[in-house]
Amino acid sequence: MKIAESWLREWVDPDLATEELAHQLTMLGHEVDSLVVEGQGLEDVVVGEVVECGRHPGADKLSVCKVSAGGDELLDIVCGAPNVRVGLKTPLARPGVTLPDGLKLRRAKIRGVVSNGMLCSAVELGLGDDADGIMELPDEVVAGTPLSEFLGLPDAVIDVDLTPNRGDCFSILGLARDLAALTGAALKDATVPPVAPSIDDTHPVELVEPAGCPRFAGRLVRGIDSGARSPIWMVERLRRAGLRSISPVVDVTNYVMLELGQPLHAYDAGLLQGPIRPRLARAGERLVLLDENEVELQDDTLVITDDSGVIGIAGIMGGLGTAVTDRTTDVFFEAAFWPPDFMAGRARAYGMHTDASLRFERGVDPEGQARAIERATELLLAIAGGKAGPLVDDTAEKYLPSGTEIVLRKSRITHLLGLDIDDAEIVRILTRLQMPVEKIEGGWQVTAPSHRFDMAYEVDLIEEVARLHGYDSIPETTLSATAPLETVTESRIEMERAGATLIARDYQEVVTYSFIDAAANAKFSGSESSLVLSNPISSELAVMRASLWPGMVAAAAANVARQQDRVRLFEASRSYHGTLDEHTETVRLAGLATGPVMPEQWDVRSESVDFFDIKADVEAVLSLASDRAEWRFAATEHPALQPGQAAEILRGDRVIGVMGKLHPRLARDYDFKRGVYLFELDAEQALASAAPEAKAVSRFPAIRRDIAVVVPESVTAADLVEAVASSAPDLIRGVRIFDIYQGEKIEAGRKSVAIGLILQETSRTLTDDDADTVMAAATAVLEKKFAAYLRD
Amino acid sequence: MTALSDLISKAAAEIDAATDLAALDAVRVAFLGKKGEITARLKTLGQLPAEERAAAGQEINQAKQAVQQRLNERRQALETAALEAKLAADAVDVTLPGRGSSIGGYHPVTRAMLRIEKIFRHAGFGVRSGPEIEDEFHNFTALNIPENHPARAMHDTFYFPGGKLLRTHTSPVQIRSMVTEGAPIRIIAPGRVYRCDSDQTHTPMFHQVEGLVVDENVSFAHLKAVLHQFIEAFFEREATLRFRPSYFPFTEPSAEMDVSWGGDKWIEVLGCGMVHPNVLEAAGVDSERYTGYAFGMGVERLAMLRYGVTDLRTFFENDLRFLRQFR
Repeated sequence: MKIAESWLREWVDPDLATEELAHQLTMLGHEVDSLVVEGQGLEDVVVGEVVECGRHPGADKLSVCKVSAGGDELLDIVCGAPNVRVGLKTPLARPGVTLPDGLKLRRAKIRGVVSNGMLCSAVELGLGDDADGIMELPDEVVAGTPLSEFLGLPDAVIDVDLTPNRGDCFSILGLARDLAALTGAALKDATVPPVAPSIDDTHPVELVEPAGCPRFAGRLVRGIDSGARSPIWMVERLRRAGLRSISPVVDVTNYVMLELGQPLHAYDAGLLQGPIRPRLARAGERLVLLDENEVELQDDTLVITDDSGVIGIAGIMGGLGTAVTDRTTDVFFEAAFWPPDFMAGRARAYGMHTDASLRFERGVDPEGQARAIERATELLLAIAGGKAGPLVDDTAEKYLPSGTEIVLRKSRITHLLGLDIDDAEIVRILTRLQMPVEKIEGGWQVTAPSHRFDMAYEVDLIEEVARLHGYDSIPETTLSATAPLETVTESRIEMERAGATLIARDYQEVVTYSFIDAAANAKFSGSESSLVLSNPISSELAVMRASLWPGMVAAAAANVARQQDRVRLFEASRSYHGTLDEHTETVRLAGLATGPVMPEQWDVRSESVDFFDIKADVEAVLSLASDRAEWRFAATEHPALQPGQAAEILRGDRVIGVMGKLHPRLARDYDFKRGVYLFELDAEQALASAAPEAKAVSRFPAIRRDIAVVVPESVTAADLVEAVASSAPDLIRGVRIFDIYQGEKIEAGRKSVAIGLILQETSRTLTDDDADTVMAAATAVLEKKFAAYLRD
Repeated sequence: MTALSDLISKAAAEIDAATDLAALDAVRVAFLGKKGEITARLKTLGQLPAEERAAAGQEINQAKQAVQQRLNERRQALETAALEAKLAADAVDVTLPGRGSSIGGYHPVTRAMLRIEKIFRHAGFGVRSGPEIEDEFHNFTALNIPENHPARAMHDTFYFPGGKLLRTHTSPVQIRSMVTEGAPIRIIAPGRVYRCDSDQTHTPMFHQVEGLVVDENVSFAHLKAVLHQFIEAFFEREATLRFRPSYFPFTEPSAEMDVSWGGDKWIEVLGCGMVHPNVLEAAGVDSERYTGYAFGMGVERLAMLRYGVTDLRTFFENDLRFLRQFR
């Protein structure tokens, strides 16, 4: 909310400079977003009066004027504004004056005619964005008066970011009340003397839906001057608050809303047909609004009706059919209390957002309606004349919020704030906040005034006490914990360590979005997501990812496009599965590598990364948590991976991950020129671990024996190792494949595999005979299982 | 017959002339070997009269020893020279880079997050997590944000059909943890959060760390102390804090916390407050017996301040040239 400092100071004028005033607002919880001082540098601009005005001889659109600046002298001024005319009072800047935009005025010849200054528009003076013509000042202002003096400049426009709980501060009065409570400065009396009716006319109102409209204040004003104009001080205050002047009737309603926080509506009384009845809309009813848009109403929306049907949406916007126009002479003012429960979210449902709806949603003072009508009447009569009827204030008392009484315990204040505040200070604070206080045992009975409808609990009062006493006054006290120590488990490896392992292997962590493109998700996971956002930012960020790969592949592609040819990425984050009724979120650890195995260097041949490079990385991560014997890799098929270069990773019988080469079809989609290798692990499964159990180390030497066997090509390394290991499980400590050969010395369809066996006993030194026996057993198993024969 | 002294001179000359160990060994054989010239002299001792033998023998032995010493010295010199030559040949250009791979690094947001976690773990906080696809109860209702509350509209929530949503803050973890563990409790909850907002200063996904301490005697003074200590630990420098009244439906009193490193410039860092009794009750905690504080901080914001990152969006561009700065 934007307000002019001068207007605020009319209500409360603490002894604080502008900056300090803004700071105090911020420290009260009304954060000042910006503070702009307007009208600086206008000291030498005065009010000028156009005395003569004729056509410029050389230009159709220019006028040549004689302008009085109050003295006897008349200045010749060339003016291009369409609204320049004899008798107009307007800001005048004479040669030598520098305008806020830096323009320094000189005596000049414009198309051959001398001009001794400039008549100014609002925008040229830094007073808003109205550039349609020069400013029109009221007739009564005396030529020669300094403009700043007349307009009350300079003046600061304070933009306050109000919190949604403080609807009561959505006005000059509200902020002034809080400032007065803080500073002790006097607050202007907010009571408005009733306007004595000069006619008896009223317009009937029937509260047929009292829960939705428990109070409706109204008043008829007849016979206003439809040609009247709003006074400049009002136009200026509205402008500084960000509102345009429309007409006296509309300006008055806006002015009172800004000043007192109660939104008003004005009807052209001549267009109303029969009694006004606020009620809930019937589904399908339609209304053309003030802004000429037509809406179809929902049945949860409060509307105002007369015999003709719906004439306005309550608290949001009035209808066009009964709106005031420049011909309106009879006005009916409405100031109603629309309860927040009936307002919340309604404007939004129609795609609207008005000054009135904002205030009603956050709540207005349920006692403030009559006051607003009185103030509006007073202002309208002063500006446009007319005769006021009596104030009508229809109330369904039962449905109005009643004053809340809250018990405030002294001990609770001390407990919650960690600060002992004097009783007298507490009472002083609450009293200044206009909250009646009654001393009771151990504390006070506090009554919240009608405008503090945000007060419901004891803590609300404690916050008020803290807020006005100052959060700064609360000390810093270190809490000694009674919560028990946290367990540090060895049942899983911390993700930080898994990440560190990949980092040591040259992987860079990335953070990619949890929501991705639906098509990419399907391509990488093989199925359509059921977790689709209703209101995504864009279609590229629309479904919850089932895999970390799409984001990671896109990140890699972007980096390759940025001339990074060697890319190794990892991400440790969630993937999302299942349906909205029953979804799961799994933490995954995924990686990607493309480009050379090693960074370019002087002694290593540059080779592209392949399956076994990232397999080693995967094995390094798996090794953190478990023995090699616990997991295995099995050939698999995967929608995103190249057939024949895809493996699932199993721990026991459970698939805990997948790895392989990005399918060339997908690689092409992302413009990769080199192979891209990927892995993805279920972190919980892969990193589940246990505290190690130590075993004694054998004191006897190990024996190594090697054999080379020729087996069919289809026999996997895993099969061979497992078969050999099982042939003498008590003696074989390790089996490793150290060479694989296929070529002219081996017949087609077979391969030679060189296998090394490590033999060891814990109780004795093995002999050559022991070794020979083991080797014979191993060879026998291989022959039997794989038709293997020893290679010469 | 050549005089012994001549023989020694001759041997010395040949020893000095030997340029490698093989040549040196040949010299040794020629003089001291079984058929060597000095060895041969020993064999002639028998032909001498008995009374001369001792003196002559001693003389020959002295010659033998002199040659042997000369040989040893020469051997040592040659060996040293050979080693030196070999070492010279082995010398490397120590300025060439080491062989092998380089190392990667954590993303700056993770780096900041791990740092925050570490600081709070040391202070005895447990680390908890919760689902990101949440329901309205945990994200709003239990946090004292009933349906139609204006604060809901301010959250720019991503919804799924049927009412589920992406959590807009890590605060639902407060509820879930209190329901499971009850009070007293002392936790932080780091994680991803989502808001339907995307511009220069907003990304639709970002990270928060929630903090919650509930115990029998927790006050705002404790909240101020822990946050002050945290800020100074995280930034490794003294800081002045300012707590400003603010509004969060789930805390009362509520505050925004600003940090200053001196001067009038205040940087808004996080929101915090005393847990609202309605929140404690919604999670089944007796709000008369227990009080608590809670805070929520934006990790990206802290990472930007700590590492001098000026554009939030760079965190999500994953440009290696940017990321490699964070080892």
